[in-house]
Amino acid sequence: MSLMTVPKLPLAHGIDVALDWLTAHGAFITKAFSHFISILIDGLVNGLLWLPPWLLIAAVALVAWRAAGWRVALFSLLGLLLLWDLRLWSATVETFTLVLISTLIAVAIGLPLGIAAALSTRTSRVVMPLLDFMQTMPAFVYLIPAIPFFGLGAVSASVATVIFATPPTIRLTALGIRQVPEDLVEAADAFGSTRRQKLFKVQLPMAVPTIMAGVNQTIMLSLSMVVIAAMIGAGGLGGEVWRAIQRLEPGKGFEAGIAIVILAMILDRVTQRIGRNPSAKAAK
Amino acid sequence: MKKIKVDRLTKVFGPHPEQALRMLDGGASNADIRKTGHAVGIADVSFSVEEGELLVIMGLSGSGKSTLLRCLNRLNTSTRGSIFIDGEDITRSDREQLLNLRRRKISMVFQHFALFPHRSVADNAAYGLEVQGVEPAERRARAIEALELVGLKGWENAKPGQLSGGMQQRVGLARALAVKSDILLMDEAFSALDPLIRRDMQQELASLQRRMKKTIVFITHDLDEALQIGDRIVLMKDGRVVQIGTPEEILNHPADAYVERFVENVDMSRVLTARSVMGRAREVAFPQDGPRTVLHKMTEGNDTSMLVVERDHTLVGMITLDALDQAMREGQQSIAARVQHDAPTLDPDTPLAEIINQMAAWPYRLPVVDAERKLLGVVTRPRVINALAQSRSAPAAQMLAPTPEARA
Repeated sequence: MSLMTVPKLPLAHGIDVALDWLTAHGAFITKAFSHFISILIDGLVNGLLWLPPWLLIAAVALVAWRAAGWRVALFSLLGLLLLWDLRLWSATVETFTLVLISTLIAVAIGLPLGIAAALSTRTSRVVMPLLDFMQTMPAFVYLIPAIPFFGLGAVSASVATVIFATPPTIRLTALGIRQVPEDLVEAADAFGSTRRQKLFKVQLPMAVPTIMAGVNQTIMLSLSMVVIAAMIGAGGLGGEVWRAIQRLEPGKGFEAGIAIVILAMILDRVTQRIGRNPSAKAAK
Repeated sequence: MKKIKVDRLTKVFGPHPEQALRMLDGGASNADIRKTGHAVGIADVSFSVEEGELLVIMGLSGSGKSTLLRCLNRLNTSTRGSIFIDGEDITRSDREQLLNLRRRKISMVFQHFALFPHRSVADNAAYGLEVQGVEPAERRARAIEALELVGLKGWENAKPGQLSGGMQQRVGLARALAVKSDILLMDEAFSALDPLIRRDMQQELASLQRRMKKTIVFITHDLDEALQIGDRIVLMKDGRVVQIGTPEEILNHPADAYVERFVENVDMSRVLTARSVMGRAREVAFPQDGPRTVLHKMTEGNDTSMLVVERDHTLVGMITLDALDQAMREGQQSIAARVQHDAPTLDPDTPLAEIINQMAAWPYRLPVVDAERKLLGVVTRPRVINALAQSRSAPAAQMLAPTPEARA
């Protein structure tokens, strides 16, 4: 018997129907959400662009210096000056804003979910396969349904980004809490801690370095997704790359690509050190 | 008064404890029960701890001693039986009562210290007070007080990672002392330390205990340690109690071959104490005695020094032959002016090993006195040598001559 004689499961059709139904009945919520987020994004972008670039560059260099030392600070300074000079400043600010907001939402969702997954085996059993699904599904696919829900543009991009970038925060939060040595948890119990006290006084503080490693991953994934999301009109540095592809301008493409690399390196080095700092102080 | 009373306590690990309990009651062995996917932690354990007593629970790994200890503050939930603390059955406590018990009545010291690495030493010591909701200023003051008690003054702001193992365990002890609970559970508290530091900590615990009179349940796998610090010892094997008794009782009358094998390897110089090697002070002098009377007593006993006591046997000091000679030449009526008051004394619980150290520096006999300085006896060189010679030439169990019924 050939497989061709078995009728094809209408999986695609089913998903389409389901999404159509959701769009028809849920779009007013998502549109409201979309409105709120787009105000947030526009406000932040305009605010950051209103500042003179040299001031912002100096501020970033200062933060980098305090968090990660003078090498990273110097790199940030020179890198951002280069972006300014290449006339990519506003695109960089747009991309950075999208990454920032996506990351904040991802952490706001991921942290509680990670805690829940660490404390309850049942939650963990539900959440973990879902994370596998979210992470292995090609990122482009999220963009398709995002449009009917949130419209073309930055909001759809950030929603797709959140879906794609949240899993590391959830996973590493759960891991960090589960990795707290058994006898420390026992000690917290033995002195009469409530579950909340145990979580906030022992488990979470001890999990901070691991959680920050997760947040760092989330930031990196956000950045890569925000670039891809240029295909649905997210703008920013991804938009520059997308335009270069369409016009076959490899030079411009590389300029924007290098800008993305510089931004990624600054974000990565700075947030990595922030995660390591508390434990580094403890070890001194 | 009984502070803790454990009554026929059983703990079984596994999916269907009732089934394992039935097997246990039917006389099944631990190995049989293990085949069903259950493990017997402890079985039918009963004992009690007096207020102010230091009880040692001793056994090899897997004997159930840690499981037992964790039942006492319900880190483990027992399967059957009762634990009464101050007359209240804590196996029936609800959540609220349990929190209160752990916050106010029982604190715990852990084998691997279990300090919180992200908190300073003072914040570690204050943890118990913090979860009780004590104000920051007060809890810091009380934490520092507890740290002083364990000799860590000045280390408040250090992180645990900066301290040596011995110091870390002092922080663990301070954390337990800061809440001022009556009961201290110590889970192999000194086992992770170097032997020398372990001995220091044992002595320090003993001296802390003399002052504070806590009720302590101390777990160890080291018989030397058990004998050294325990008022009484509970010996465990395969989750069951093999013998309960004072160190002397266990040495003298091992309940079975298992205990006897343990006892054979004991270092007697650490087990024997001033009390067990001292002799009666037959001849003593009184401060109001005339020099000639004392000289007579001294030559009678062929001694070169003599202990001086009041009529009620309170130790005053000692007098040497030279001092006596001087008193006679000065024509004094009594020896009172020539008595040496700062002569060293021994506590009845001083181990033989320490007595030997003291003897090296002090040529005269050593008086053994109680807390009120009442003279209990004297330790002389021949007695020490005799005790050591006997313990070296024969295994401890034989030397202390177990009674026939204990052998059977």
